Amino acid sequence: MNTHLAGIFPRSGGLEARRSTTLTLTMALLALLAVAGIVAGIHSLVAGHEHTFGVSRGVPWGILIATYVFFVVISTGLCIVSSIGHVFGFKEFMPIAKRAVFLSIVNISTGFLVIAFEIESSWRMVVGNVVGANLTSNIWWMGTLYGFYLVLMVVEFVMLQKGRHGLASACGLAVLLTGIAANSNLGAVFGLLNGQWFWQGPYMPIYFVTSAATSGAVAIIFYTVLAYKVNGWQMSEAMKQSLGSVARLAVLMLAIIVFFTFWRTVAGVTGSAPGRHEALLALLNGPYRFNFWAGEVLLGLVLPLVLLLATRGRNINVLFVATLIAMVGMFFMRYDLVILGQLVPPYHGMGLVDYPEFYSYSPTLHEQLVVVGGAAFCGLFFLLGERFFRGHLVDSH
Amino acid sequence: MNDKDVQRREELGPDRRQEISSLERRALLKLGFAISGVFLGGSVLSLVSVRKADAAGAPVIGGYPYNPHYTMVIRERHCIDCELCKEACVKTNGVPAYGYRTTILEKRRALEEGKFETTFMPVLCNHCNNPPCVRVCPTTATWKDKTTGIVGIYRPSLCIGCKTCMTACPYNARYFNEERRAIDKCDFCFASRLSKGEKTTACAAACPADVRVFGNLADHGDRVYRLLHAPETLIWVLRPETGAVPNVFYVNT
Repeated sequence: MNTHLAGIFPRSGGLEARRSTTLTLTMALLALLAVAGIVAGIHSLVAGHEHTFGVSRGVPWGILIATYVFFVVISTGLCIVSSIGHVFGFKEFMPIAKRAVFLSIVNISTGFLVIAFEIESSWRMVVGNVVGANLTSNIWWMGTLYGFYLVLMVVEFVMLQKGRHGLASACGLAVLLTGIAANSNLGAVFGLLNGQWFWQGPYMPIYFVTSAATSGAVAIIFYTVLAYKVNGWQMSEAMKQSLGSVARLAVLMLAIIVFFTFWRTVAGVTGSAPGRHEALLALLNGPYRFNFWAGEVLLGLVLPLVLLLATRGRNINVLFVATLIAMVGMFFMRYDLVILGQLVPPYHGMGLVDYPEFYSYSPTLHEQLVVVGGAAFCGLFFLLGERFFRGHLVDSH
Repeated sequence: MNDKDVQRREELGPDRRQEISSLERRALLKLGFAISGVFLGGSVLSLVSVRKADAAGAPVIGGYPYNPHYTMVIRERHCIDCELCKEACVKTNGVPAYGYRTTILEKRRALEEGKFETTFMPVLCNHCNNPPCVRVCPTTATWKDKTTGIVGIYRPSLCIGCKTCMTACPYNARYFNEERRAIDKCDFCFASRLSKGEKTTACAAACPADVRVFGNLADHGDRVYRLLHAPETLIWVLRPETGAVPNVFYVNT
């Protein structure tokens, strides 16, 4: 047993994590926030969302669904980015591969943790998903595939740690295919709802997979630079070059997301599909305009693109700032996507009296605590991963 | 086609029906049914026969796939918003204060010289032939009964509370029942009345204005069949563009 664990948790080599009071206190704070989030989540399940969450009959999916989407899309993206190196053999992507696989596990686990509190009778999933499996349901496929994905990803990580690269690569390919299938099904959860025109259409599954690749490239740069900064490590030339390559991929993917966002907006404004048009107007020039212009466009797309292009991915500090703000912007993208899709009431435009033009939603303290707790959980396991896996250094193979 | 077109068609007398386009007339004559419109968020999509409106997406045009094919016809203009139907529903089905299985919406249409016309629109689950809520349920806690066509939460113990069915429903007909820890919705009073031998729903029974007519569309002698196949009747369904093929019909008679 100890030998097996020693193979997974290296005792020497790699990079020694910094052991400072500040870092210990930071980890303690993250643990505390994670526990606070879990307690708030459990309380919301016991007391009921009616009394604790801002979700309603009109807007049944709130910030926790957006947070789930945020984390699982990052997880899929990290899987995609890691596979470029250790599945498809592109050497420049090799140095980031192990960290990407580990963080992919951490991010999907965070997503599962958060959604466990949004699904109001989530304890029934264990039996329900097996006994009542509905093969026409995208959410069933998404949940089931992501379940397999997590297990396979753990196996892949163990194989990587043990240096069994052939098995790890094979496993990596299986994880990649499962992750993309799961991710596109997550897009289809939204895209195949015919009553919700803001989401409806084949755009969603395609957009989700593209977003995943973007998120993965951005997130691995962010996490890698952060790991080196908090632990005071000196970055090797190989790692710097690798981050530069990932940054070029990030630029390409961000440009594609700009393209996607532009045409979704133009199509929505030009056409007058009921529901989609009104939701887009709310996004562009209504109650969600700050989220869109400041959050999605400026933080999520324009600033990261400008910063990454200006330094050509060479300045590590700029890379960090660019990816940090891109991550914040991506959270706005997920939030707006989930909430906007539900805001236009079904009988809008029928001349109804005392009928809202838009439903309203704002997250409650319980929901905010779960979101912060989820982020803290992710941050804590990121730091622990750096410590126990000694900087996720990759052997040459 | 917009509201004005609908209004114009409603106002057409039997002797002015030639104003309806020839295409529509051919469809109408071919099927030999009354004129009906399909009302969508302030715009009428098309004039179609009653049978076609019902059967859009169904395997056989003109056929009703269930027997009894439970249907509700809403005689909208007669509704006075007394809300006795809502009260009866709550009492019969134990609906909590934060939820509803049926409600009444108020429509207002501008007339000439600052006047307006108010109509009340009862809404409930449409027990669609192609129910989006059923397709998305990950655990088959909800389904459309193969005999009656009633969409219900038949296995609440499997409902995980993901609320995907709530986002999928084009009619906002579902809510999460905190006490049952499961989604709840109108089941045409199947559990509370029909399964016990009653012939109609609580809301229909309670309505003093005879707005809600419940029955079996597959039975040619049933009142809902006769209402939906009567001449000179404008018939519409809500949100037909979703392809859900609803079984709650609104009429102007």
